[in-house]
Amino acid sequence: MSLTLKLNGQTHTVDAEPGTPLLWVIRDELKLTGTKFGCGVASCGACTVHLNGEPVRSCQTYIEDVEDAEITTIEAVGDDKIGAAVQQAWVELDVVQCGYCQSGQVMSAVGLLSENPKPSAEEIDEYMYGNACRCATYQRIRAGVQRASEILEA
Amino acid sequence: MTINTSRRGFLKGAAAAGAVLLVGARPDGVLAAASSETAQFNPFVKIDADGTVTAIVKHFEKGQGPATGLPTLIAEEIGLTMDQIEYEFAPSDPNVYNNLLFGPFQGTGGSTAMANSWLQYRQAGAAAREMLIKAAAQSWGVDASGITIEEGIVKAGDKSAPIAEFVAAAAQLEAPAEPRLKDPSEFRLIGNAAVRRKDSAIKGNGQAMYAMDVHLPNQMVAMIKRPESKGGIALGFDDSASKEVKGYISAAVLPNQAGVAVYAENTWAAIQARDALEVDWDMSGAETRDSDQIRSEIMAALDAEPTYNVNKADVAAVSAAIDGADKVVEKTFYFPLLAHAPMEPLNCTIEQTAEGDIVLHDGAQMPTGPHMAYQQIFQLPPEKIHIKTMLAGGSFGRRATPDADYQVEAALAFVVTDRSRPVKLVWTREDDIRSGYYRPAFGHKVRVGLDTDGNIVGWQHQIAGQSVIKGTAFEAVLVHDGVDHSSVEGVADSPYAIPGMAVGLTDTPKATTVLWWRSVGHTHTAYAMETMMDLVAEAAGRDPVEFRLAHLSDSANPDQQRKAAVLKLAAEKAGWGNAPAGRSQGIAVHKSFGSYAAEVVEISGDPEDGIKIEKVTCAVDCGIAVNPDVVKAQMEGGIGYGIGHVMRDQITLTSGAVDQSNFPDYEPLRISDIAAIDVHIVPSAEAPTGVGEPGTPPSAPALANAIHTMSGILVAEHPMAENGVSFA
Repeated sequence: MSLTLKLNGQTHTVDAEPGTPLLWVIRDELKLTGTKFGCGVASCGACTVHLNGEPVRSCQTYIEDVEDAEITTIEAVGDDKIGAAVQQAWVELDVVQCGYCQSGQVMSAVGLLSENPKPSAEEIDEYMYGNACRCATYQRIRAGVQRASEILEA
Repeated sequence: MTINTSRRGFLKGAAAAGAVLLVGARPDGVLAAASSETAQFNPFVKIDADGTVTAIVKHFEKGQGPATGLPTLIAEEIGLTMDQIEYEFAPSDPNVYNNLLFGPFQGTGGSTAMANSWLQYRQAGAAAREMLIKAAAQSWGVDASGITIEEGIVKAGDKSAPIAEFVAAAAQLEAPAEPRLKDPSEFRLIGNAAVRRKDSAIKGNGQAMYAMDVHLPNQMVAMIKRPESKGGIALGFDDSASKEVKGYISAAVLPNQAGVAVYAENTWAAIQARDALEVDWDMSGAETRDSDQIRSEIMAALDAEPTYNVNKADVAAVSAAIDGADKVVEKTFYFPLLAHAPMEPLNCTIEQTAEGDIVLHDGAQMPTGPHMAYQQIFQLPPEKIHIKTMLAGGSFGRRATPDADYQVEAALAFVVTDRSRPVKLVWTREDDIRSGYYRPAFGHKVRVGLDTDGNIVGWQHQIAGQSVIKGTAFEAVLVHDGVDHSSVEGVADSPYAIPGMAVGLTDTPKATTVLWWRSVGHTHTAYAMETMMDLVAEAAGRDPVEFRLAHLSDSANPDQQRKAAVLKLAAEKAGWGNAPAGRSQGIAVHKSFGSYAAEVVEISGDPEDGIKIEKVTCAVDCGIAVNPDVVKAQMEGGIGYGIGHVMRDQITLTSGAVDQSNFPDYEPLRISDIAAIDVHIVPSAEAPTGVGEPGTPPSAPALANAIHTMSGILVAEHPMAENGVSFA
């Protein structure tokens, strides 16, 4: 079926069956590959995108449910000042290792800072719990969120 | 292209149609010269006419840092800033880009990327610098000794110009026989903690391209339906339900009958069509054992006479000494199968060019493996096979299969098609957890005797498990006198001065497909050694740090001195012995991959209501830390990898089938599991050694020792969460 998606400020018409995870439309149809496939069961967070500004796992978000939503992916999250601050902090602290989970980490971090501009370490741990990093860059993710918070405060 | 080489084997070529300076080295050191378009050679550094410098990185990037570290070596020697050097991953060429520690084999592993590139890449950079300087000297009419290159600018007195000005002239020169390497006192980039990763920005904004992100025109996505248990054979299939899936193309039994390839227009269609496929399996030759049975076999082997007397000990004398000791400390350990579970599920893409060449797009850890396998599968000479190395979303050893498993699987899925469409093989997380290669299960049985003064009089150490190396192409090189060293490393070669040590090994039967897993044998040997050191220290009534130092006291033995130094530094930085109220500490120290790491784990809570890891303090000696921040990151990651798995993870088998399937039942370390990690690097003038793996081995025993100090419980079987310890 033909669907219209509002993604990163643009309107896209895609052909996808109901029940298709948003993840695969973003990656395979729109060829935006920054959003990653990690587990397919909403257990790792690598596929995190924003739906109306809220982080969701795109592997468990179905295409028929997002027609009216504003979707933002990692490719455009830096257009926003919170996204830009998080990305700046990630570079300053060299948060990444393999990097495969980091699009999702950044998307979740932006979600956290959008609702809580100055999170404590415990609040970061609680919010970011569902974003797995097999390289275990967690200590720098925590520091990165705090650094982004400082950048935004300045 | 013309190529001139010097006696020492440096190569440089000047492209006829434009100024490009290429500098490389040949492993054979033999003179070589060529002057034809086809006689190309593969360089380590390339400098374009506009002065753009590119490091050709022979090691793949899975997060451990060679895409930063190798360019750093070249930038240092030429005299560039890190912003003035780019990087590309090397093509597959085992004669030029081989790992110098692996022989004629290109590959990354054993934490060797920096260790084997350290001189090679510096020499390439230094040769380029000398050629640019010589060209400048000729152009300016000044003596070369008065010319420097700093931050990409060639300077002599009041003359200065960017390096671009001299690329064309330098490319006409002979490569220097013995370029002068910079003295460490001249280093500006090497050892500089301010040098940032080259790949941070693209990994934070979605631009980084992994193999999973390859979209070739007209490609098909292939997924493999595999048997529930290893060894099942596909006889045929019914795809009538798959045909209902939009985007399904076809299915085919793989030539080796190990599974059925399902082809679809996109990934989601492939997932659905594979789910819908019915396969007729012959399971008569498949693995049928349960993991309990594998455990029983290992435990029985520990109680029997070991097959190998690894260190040629007088076992009867050692045993008698322990029997007659004042105190005997005895413990049996069991370590389960573990999956690697890199974040990026395995995948690669194959295409055939119009000329009939085969191109593999892959996060290739060991390009020579698939390169050799593809010559057989496609019946092509090596020059008709090309490997494009992409960024890799982790590995932890999983991508370094001696049999090039997933690349061969992709080739088999491609070879049964008409090859008109590229095939992208994609594994799901379930494939990764259930169809993978595993850290073998291992058991240790250790008996240590102490005299009345608390001195060790005998240490009998039996090890049993499935060999990683035997049966692979590496067996001839890595197995000696029947002993797979990777089964006993960290015990048989421990730097500790332990009197009366006897190490026995028994290989247990093949249980599943096993593979090196971040830090290989050290994953279990360090745990057994370092928890035993604590138990023995306790029996002797001595402090764990003091007791270890007493066995590392030979001032003429640098191995012991370096190990002792990291132990002391970690203890000092962690405030050893002065844990805050309500907290307990545990320490462990281990040498692996040429490096020394000591870690102190500090915990709160209790094993019944939940333990919280408050802090891990690490001290590491890895020789010269080329990039101190990357070294710290690798220690942080290695610690998390080690601790995460012993807390919660294991792979179990029921009738040969893997019980776990995805992250919900193979739970990764989460951000809340470790509150803080503090890494300290021991200053060193030694050549660089490993950093990717050495952080892992001490982490789990340090945690175990902290739990033991807190509760008296020494967890001797993993995962801890299923053996009496809960985590907050």
